[in-house]
Amino acid sequence: MEIMEDQPGKKTLLLGNEAITRGALEAGIDVATTYPGTPASEIADTFSHIAKYFTKKGEKPPFYFEYSTNEKVALEVAAAASFSGLRALTCMKHVGLNVASDAFMTYAYVGCKGGHIIVSADDPYCHSSQNEQDNRYYAIFGGAPMLEPTTPQEAKEMTRVGFDISEQLSLPLLLRTTTRLNHARGPIVFNKMQKPHGIGHFEKNPLLVTVPAVARKQHPVLLERMEQAEKLSEKSQFNEIVNVGKPKDIGIVASGVSFNYAKEMAEILGLNVRILKLGMTHPIPRNMCEKFIKSCSTIVVVEELEPILEQQFKVLAFDMKSDVKIFGKSTGHFSRLYEYNPDIVVDAFSKIFKVKNPFPKPVESKIKLPRRPPSLCPGCPHRASYYAVKKAAPKDAIYPTDIGCYTLGKEPPLEMADVLLCMGSNAGTACGFAVSTGQKIVSFMGDSTFFHAAIPALIDAVHHNHDVVITVLDNRTTAMTGHQPHPGTEFDGMGRPAKMIKVEDVAKGCGVEHIEIVDPNNIKETTAAFKRALDFKGPSFVVSKSPCILLEVAKKRKSGEGIPVYSINQEICKKCKTCIGRFGCPALFFAEDGSVHIDPTLCNGCGNCVQVCPFGAISKTGVKE
Amino acid sequence: MNKTISIVLVGVGGQGVITAANLLGSAAVKADVMVYVSEIHGMAQRGGNVVCTVRMGDVSSPMLPSGTADAVLSAEPIEALRNISFVNKKTKVITDINPVIPFTVAVGGETYPKLDDVFKEISKYAELYAIDALKIAKESGAAITKNTVMLGALAATGVLPFKPEVLLDTILGMVPDKYKDVNKKAFENGMKAIKK
Repeated sequence: MEIMEDQPGKKTLLLGNEAITRGALEAGIDVATTYPGTPASEIADTFSHIAKYFTKKGEKPPFYFEYSTNEKVALEVAAAASFSGLRALTCMKHVGLNVASDAFMTYAYVGCKGGHIIVSADDPYCHSSQNEQDNRYYAIFGGAPMLEPTTPQEAKEMTRVGFDISEQLSLPLLLRTTTRLNHARGPIVFNKMQKPHGIGHFEKNPLLVTVPAVARKQHPVLLERMEQAEKLSEKSQFNEIVNVGKPKDIGIVASGVSFNYAKEMAEILGLNVRILKLGMTHPIPRNMCEKFIKSCSTIVVVEELEPILEQQFKVLAFDMKSDVKIFGKSTGHFSRLYEYNPDIVVDAFSKIFKVKNPFPKPVESKIKLPRRPPSLCPGCPHRASYYAVKKAAPKDAIYPTDIGCYTLGKEPPLEMADVLLCMGSNAGTACGFAVSTGQKIVSFMGDSTFFHAAIPALIDAVHHNHDVVITVLDNRTTAMTGHQPHPGTEFDGMGRPAKMIKVEDVAKGCGVEHIEIVDPNNIKETTAAFKRALDFKGPSFVVSKSPCILLEVAKKRKSGEGIPVYSINQEICKKCKTCIGRFGCPALFFAEDGSVHIDPTLCNGCGNCVQVCPFGAISKTGVKE
Repeated sequence: MNKTISIVLVGVGGQGVITAANLLGSAAVKADVMVYVSEIHGMAQRGGNVVCTVRMGDVSSPMLPSGTADAVLSAEPIEALRNISFVNKKTKVITDINPVIPFTVAVGGETYPKLDDVFKEISKYAELYAIDALKIAKESGAAITKNTVMLGALAATGVLPFKPEVLLDTILGMVPDKYKDVNKKAFENGMKAIKK
């Protein structure tokens, strides 16, 4: 296994996320935890992959790893490891830190013992997220030192060295990344692997119990630690000045992936600038920044999303009574929106420095192209569930949805997603609609999301007798992020057998009286079950159970069973378009003459279109490998 | 300053675009050329479009400015056109000619343009090489070697800062033994598709 090789100096190509895992391994990681979420998933998946490799060989993995129930649990499990003197890492997507924030906000008060790195993978442009919040605010908000890598190699180094910084300061460290770092590959040079501690020991300390008197005592301790952190930041290897051309008094301040664009575009434009590359961005090295301000007549701040560095530089310049001109978001040259790229940076530079943009104006196609949004896979059981609910529910029913593949039910022709805030919000908003409207409510979530964040809202529905139908589309995996296990699966993230928790058992335990368990691939019965659930006064709970079709197809391929292929008998077909226009499986398509066909390469063999066709025109006609 | 080579790989989720980009990246590391690869695959595994960029040589950023691609390797014809902003007149656009029709055409009433029009439009802005990679792959022994055919074609254009053999070796190093021969053949046939 290459990523486990103890070969200092070896060079290989790694994904930013894999580089973070490698950095943790080089630092002798003991405990790693996560809840999966793009663009962070591969950090944890790499830990899982390694752990499974050892488990399979019958050996104990060198670290403990788990896919926790949610990010808050992940942070708490790792924090306890740190309290016991072990090195810990918790990784999550940016919105995951909202879930973990209750623990995070008090964590720095008590501080950590073993180094603890919290990786936040932010997603400017919302490539795969519900917002593009800038989690650098969390470092400031919660009092955590923060590192921001520019390249995969630096991500590895920051992770490795970050554990030392965390231990020196007794503070958890926020490693803040963005999609373009997490999902960028670059050459990585291996360092030596450190041995993990193995077993930790917890020494009792009354200052770990944050009663008000302790909290009042610990807040000033945190402020002192942040002063220490600022001293480390002044000396940090990750804060440096990079010269382009023959610089005089023009400066650029940049962090994260923006630094890469700033440096390359400055070189291409032939600018003579000094770039202050900040890798430790909380706390910023105040003396270093003041010196930089003094040496410049003009400073351009290049940072994605919020003007966090820009505002700090303005405050410093104000306090210093400097008349340096600071360009950035406040001058309208850069946006607070979306992710940056070389075009955006070169455009801003050419305006600020009054030089010509050397790149040609991008050409545009005159031909209108069909959109290619992601969609529920052919054979996805969620499609059948949605189809059944649509038949069972009144037209004005409200469909609160959640985070996962099933959000894709928003697209036509299903259009079965009306409201989405965050993980678990389907059930909470369902309760709210029940007290606010006279409409019927059917809410949807996946099994992993149910365990993650929806149980308190389900309890709310039961306790207040809200008239809602809460649905779990139970496909026995965390499908959207890459099929990670969760509390309902038979193996854990280390490949060990695990106790499977049934969604319906939890609902029963919460006091739900009306529970329906259905196989969505039987559309008639599923429709009847939803009708009964809708007729029930008070909270009802539907578990629509069928494994993810991608896992089913993989299983069938492996066993050699073969995947059934369906086709439409054109002599029987009346072109009513129910299959394509209402059910909307992407394996269906119109031929040029308007007839409907099934693409055998796309069909995953669920056979649900057979039930949908009112004329019996669809049947199984073959099997593919 | 050393030369910078920028290659954009596009296609549809599941077509192996990310794997192809990684192979290029690994080949560059093998050839001791500085390289960055960027991939966007947020929800792409559910049939969305995928864009990967590979930049080699004197680079700091895995992303490239518009109009500066040396080559665009497209696994699907309209995806090449969707990403036309990366090209200039000298850019070599290599695309497979086999369409993957998006569901918005079947369900949403959108239209998949005529392939001839797509190719004509691309040719207006760049140097087009439209090849039937699927057919060449099948002739080489396995449809699954389609991406190897495409990479062979890319290598034949001469834009890569290392010899085609480095890329071929990288590919062969990652496939099971029993598929080595077909991949070698697919790569060579891909090269021929450009040269003739």
